[in-house]
Amino acid sequence: MYDVIIIGAGVSGCASARELSRYKARICVLEKAEDVCCGTSKANSAIAHAGYDAATGSLMAKLNVQGSRMMEQLSKELDFEFRRTGSLVLCRNEEDMLKLQELYDRGNANGVEGLRILNQEELRKMEPNISDDAVAALYAPTAGIVCPFGMNIAFAENACANGVEFRFDTEVQGIGRSDAGWAVETNRGQFETKCVVNAAGVYADVIHNMVSDKKIKITPRRGDYCLLDKSAGNHVSKVIFALPNQFGKGILVTPTVHGNLLVGPTAIDIENKEGVNTTREGLAQVLERAGESVKNLPMRSVITSFAGLRAHEENHEFIIGEADGAEGFIDCAGIESPGLTASPAIGAMVAGTVRDLLRLEENPEFVGTRQGILNPQKMSAEDRKKLIREKPAYGNIICRCEMVTEGEIIDAVKRPLGAKSLDGVKRRTRAGMGRCQAGFCSPRVMEILARECGKEISDITKSGGNSRIVVGTNKDVL
Amino acid sequence: MKTYDIVIVGGGPAGLAAAVSARKNGTESILVLERDRELGGILNQCIHNGFGLHTFKEELTGPEYAGRFIGQVKELQIAYKLNTMVMDISRDKIVTAMNSTDGLFEIQAGAVILAMGCRERSRGALNIPGYRPAGIFSAGTAQRLVNMEGYLPGRKVVILGSGDIGLIMARRMTLEGAQVQVVAELMPYSGGLKRNIVQCLDDYGIPLKLSHTVVEIRGKERVEGITLAQVDDRGKPIPGTEEDYECDTLLLSVGLIPENELSSGMGVELSRVTSGPVVNECLETNIEGVFACGNVLHVHDLVDYVSEEAAAAGKNAARYVQEKRVISKERPEGIVAEQRKSGTGDENIAAQGTGSVSRGHIVDVQAADGVRYTVPARINVERMEDILTVRFRVGGVYKNCFISVYLDDKRILHRKRPVMAPGEMEEVKLRKEELRQYPELKAVTVKLEEV
Repeated sequence: MYDVIIIGAGVSGCASARELSRYKARICVLEKAEDVCCGTSKANSAIAHAGYDAATGSLMAKLNVQGSRMMEQLSKELDFEFRRTGSLVLCRNEEDMLKLQELYDRGNANGVEGLRILNQEELRKMEPNISDDAVAALYAPTAGIVCPFGMNIAFAENACANGVEFRFDTEVQGIGRSDAGWAVETNRGQFETKCVVNAAGVYADVIHNMVSDKKIKITPRRGDYCLLDKSAGNHVSKVIFALPNQFGKGILVTPTVHGNLLVGPTAIDIENKEGVNTTREGLAQVLERAGESVKNLPMRSVITSFAGLRAHEENHEFIIGEADGAEGFIDCAGIESPGLTASPAIGAMVAGTVRDLLRLEENPEFVGTRQGILNPQKMSAEDRKKLIREKPAYGNIICRCEMVTEGEIIDAVKRPLGAKSLDGVKRRTRAGMGRCQAGFCSPRVMEILARECGKEISDITKSGGNSRIVVGTNKDVL
Repeated sequence: MKTYDIVIVGGGPAGLAAAVSARKNGTESILVLERDRELGGILNQCIHNGFGLHTFKEELTGPEYAGRFIGQVKELQIAYKLNTMVMDISRDKIVTAMNSTDGLFEIQAGAVILAMGCRERSRGALNIPGYRPAGIFSAGTAQRLVNMEGYLPGRKVVILGSGDIGLIMARRMTLEGAQVQVVAELMPYSGGLKRNIVQCLDDYGIPLKLSHTVVEIRGKERVEGITLAQVDDRGKPIPGTEEDYECDTLLLSVGLIPENELSSGMGVELSRVTSGPVVNECLETNIEGVFACGNVLHVHDLVDYVSEEAAAAGKNAARYVQEKRVISKERPEGIVAEQRKSGTGDENIAAQGTGSVSRGHIVDVQAADGVRYTVPARINVERMEDILTVRFRVGGVYKNCFISVYLDDKRILHRKRPVMAPGEMEEVKLRKEELRQYPELKAVTVKLEEV
């Protein structure tokens, strides 16, 4: 019997769990995948938006600006990567100046600080690789870039440290009323809870519609991205947007917190909630449009491409609060961009709602800080030498592209809510995320995973389920 | 800080041959830094035969070939460190490296030989669309899993790219019990050696589809199938030519990229064509005393040529170290360094970038008309060996064409070749005596001619 069950271990669910762990309650997060951060939260633009996009007065606008303001402090408390780089929205012809002005006005109305419209000269000076036809830009100094995995995992680990339970590979199949509140049916049995938080991403409509007569619809809006090598990481220093259109913020070009360059996304509405396949047209469009915003884009440096699904709700608004006719069932739905930015504020809002509902008391043992995986690259040479003397595994480089050591990988596997798969290790340590895309390190990481988890090599997966890396041994069928 | 006359980055075939040669040419103080668990590099996973026909006049497997050089390194008592990653090399040749026993340490090198090899192009570099399930491997990764660790990466395989590793893996996977359905190649010709197509595909009845590529990957968790399509002459898929293949594995053998992150970090000039350093006749980069050889310089087809090239790099590095020693004995260190730094206006890069006292006559080596690049790209005529090998690759398949070498406008070589293809490295030899006859010579041009 739980006080709260949170469905979904993406960034909204984990932020909510972390905020709820401030209170005395039995909390459990149910996640259908094998790890946290496996859906929308892992495949997005990794941007902390300033907050000028969303309609003034909307919940989206409010939580975006709140989230943006919380980000820096939170990144220190929870030890994840965040950098306030600023962003630019480019205006590429004089006729569009009105739209730029509109964004500027909306941003001011939303409470975004420091907005400025730059003329061509100022723009060039700030960002030399910007396209020649950009005539002006909206500069938002409060925008930034964040590690989406890092943030999601940080929320989860901090929640876990404060007593929240996580159940992975646990898919919700039905929700019904029970004496205490709700009975949640899963592939791993039934769980009773007083309160449910629906943070199921692109499946939030399915979960919501199990309990409420007022139906909602979440449309997966697919976005293709290309990630470029670190050699291209300094091509721009800020997040570069085109002017928004009906499908959102268009194709952006941005540095990542790890020094790569990211371009994307497209915006295609699809039916398949698992449809994270990139398409030839999509990838071509990404590179073409990105080339319109910045010049001399080194397209030869693409190291990987991926697609993510935004959980698009038809009114383009966050749905946060108790569902109609379903007391104790709290939606956290329609969390599309700027959902990552807003997540700290979303978590606080959800937690506040649940606290009031269940009259939760504060948890005096709550610890609001968390230590991430030790990154030796950030240490001084002296400290690093000392570390290796004490723990030799930190002297052993496993991922040569990202210079990730065995020590970091062991930490990633052994810590609470640790990595169980190659992708889990990758999201936590970056091993396999570099220019060779795990070509060299995957056999080594498999070995470490097998050793540390007491598994066979043949049981090691890319991302849980049936994603085994090897299928047998040589000549086993001959 | 420890010092070594020569630090060699990489203990694969190039690094080993360079080390042996440097020692045989008189350098005592040599250190080889290898990131893997053993010397030998990628040869250790190349358990097929066909190595060493040129070098040893016999057919060896990869590990046997490596073993010959490892044996020499040990016999000559050349120092090496395993499991050691070079983190950084500074312009003044301070090598920062790390391993779990010595920790993070620095070495002052007199000369550096870059021999880091190459990596495989990944799926991402090709932007192949579709899902990202398990079961997509670069051919070399699969080769390591099968040949060194005994695991089968999949049972029903499609291979994209007909580079040599892909061809070799088509045979290996078949021998280990997998079913290799097809090898697809984007180009209208194979990127691998002819002998590998015959011995690895034809002999096993594995079809090779030229001008084809993968346009779709299916399967959310593990590969369930792929779609091949024919491409037009610009490499674009032709609608209507799609064919679906059911498979659990896609191997990629779509090109190799020299691993030059350390090189570019220290300011070594790289070629846009080879992605390797631009070198002179000593295989020396634009940074004095920094040499390159093997696949980090340009991707080779046969390891025998790597050994030969690396031996030259080792010899030149040894000579550099010795000449520098002579100079520093004659003149105090500070003055030499000062003079090097300032240089004079009329000196050219190659002349500066040498430990040799000679200024010399510098000639550019140019690739033209079907020749994609040459190694070296510059020659100091005074300093070159009596016979200098210039290696290159061609940009397409050429039948009954001539390799021509021009000294400025004068053709000095015109050699007919029945077939040339991008998968096979070509070479010409330049004779010092001949070049010396042209004191005004500006450029050596290597090109292909139809007549």
